[in-house]
Amino acid sequence: MSLASCLLLAAALFCVGLYGLLARRQIVAILLSIELMANAANLVFVAFGHYRGGALGQVFAVFSIALTVAEVAVGLALAMLLYRRHGDSRVELASEMKR
Amino acid sequence: MESLGFGILAGCALMSAFAVVRSANLVHAVLWLGVTLVATAGLYAMLGASFLASVQVLLYVGGVVTLMIFGLMMTRRHGDSGPQIEDVRSAPAALAAIILFGATAWAVVSTDGLDAPVTPPPAVGPAALGRALVRDHVLAFETISMLLLVAIVGAIVIARRKDPGGAAAAAPASAASVAVPKAAE
Repeated sequence: MSLASCLLLAAALFCVGLYGLLARRQIVAILLSIELMANAANLVFVAFGHYRGGALGQVFAVFSIALTVAEVAVGLALAMLLYRRHGDSRVELASEMKR
Repeated sequence: MESLGFGILAGCALMSAFAVVRSANLVHAVLWLGVTLVATAGLYAMLGASFLASVQVLLYVGGVVTLMIFGLMMTRRHGDSGPQIEDVRSAPAALAAIILFGATAWAVVSTDGLDAPVTPPPAVGPAALGRALVRDHVLAFETISMLLLVAIVGAIVIARRKDPGGAAAAAPASAASVAVPKAAE
């Protein structure tokens, strides 16, 4: 277990999340993929903080977790709005600015 | 021993991440996301971040996964089981992901000094982390709390149920939801 192996694992998790982000159609599934990518980024913060010393990596990871939670709250609200307007939650439906 | 634990946790995280993006049932995908988040919490604990590991389990697995399941149940018709992944989109998406992983892995491997088996500095405990949060980074800490408040109020405003009246009734309500951030500034 070294810094390089942690970074490779985080890169793999991020790319799996990217695949889901591009291939999925349901907005909640896209939010799940974004969660995966944010989780990989947090892993990088913690790994660098562990191997380079100091509390900065963990502090940044705490802030990043708070940001992700805020993003999930707003994203789910948007998903509910999309479903209420169109009766479905595919992202292709959200292509107009007003109706 | 340590690398064995790392391998098991990394394998769990990767396998469940694949299940998250490939699972046809979205409820299963959310539960697999919980598995990968728990595996990441284990990695945090191995990396000396015990406080972050507990935050990850409490907040992500307890909060976000529950929220996701609620969101999923509120945005899905009963018996909705259309195709979740189109092959037309799946192939370019896989290509993009593989290219990005190749580039990142090449950058990691070709950088010197990342692979060296250094003895890591002493782990930062919860007390030191708390001191760093509310002493050195107190401005960022307060800003992020403000951001959470604004995001939650904004989510309530966005998801508020409008009166059933069609597009005519929805237009002033959406104008009001646009006006709220301006008023907050």
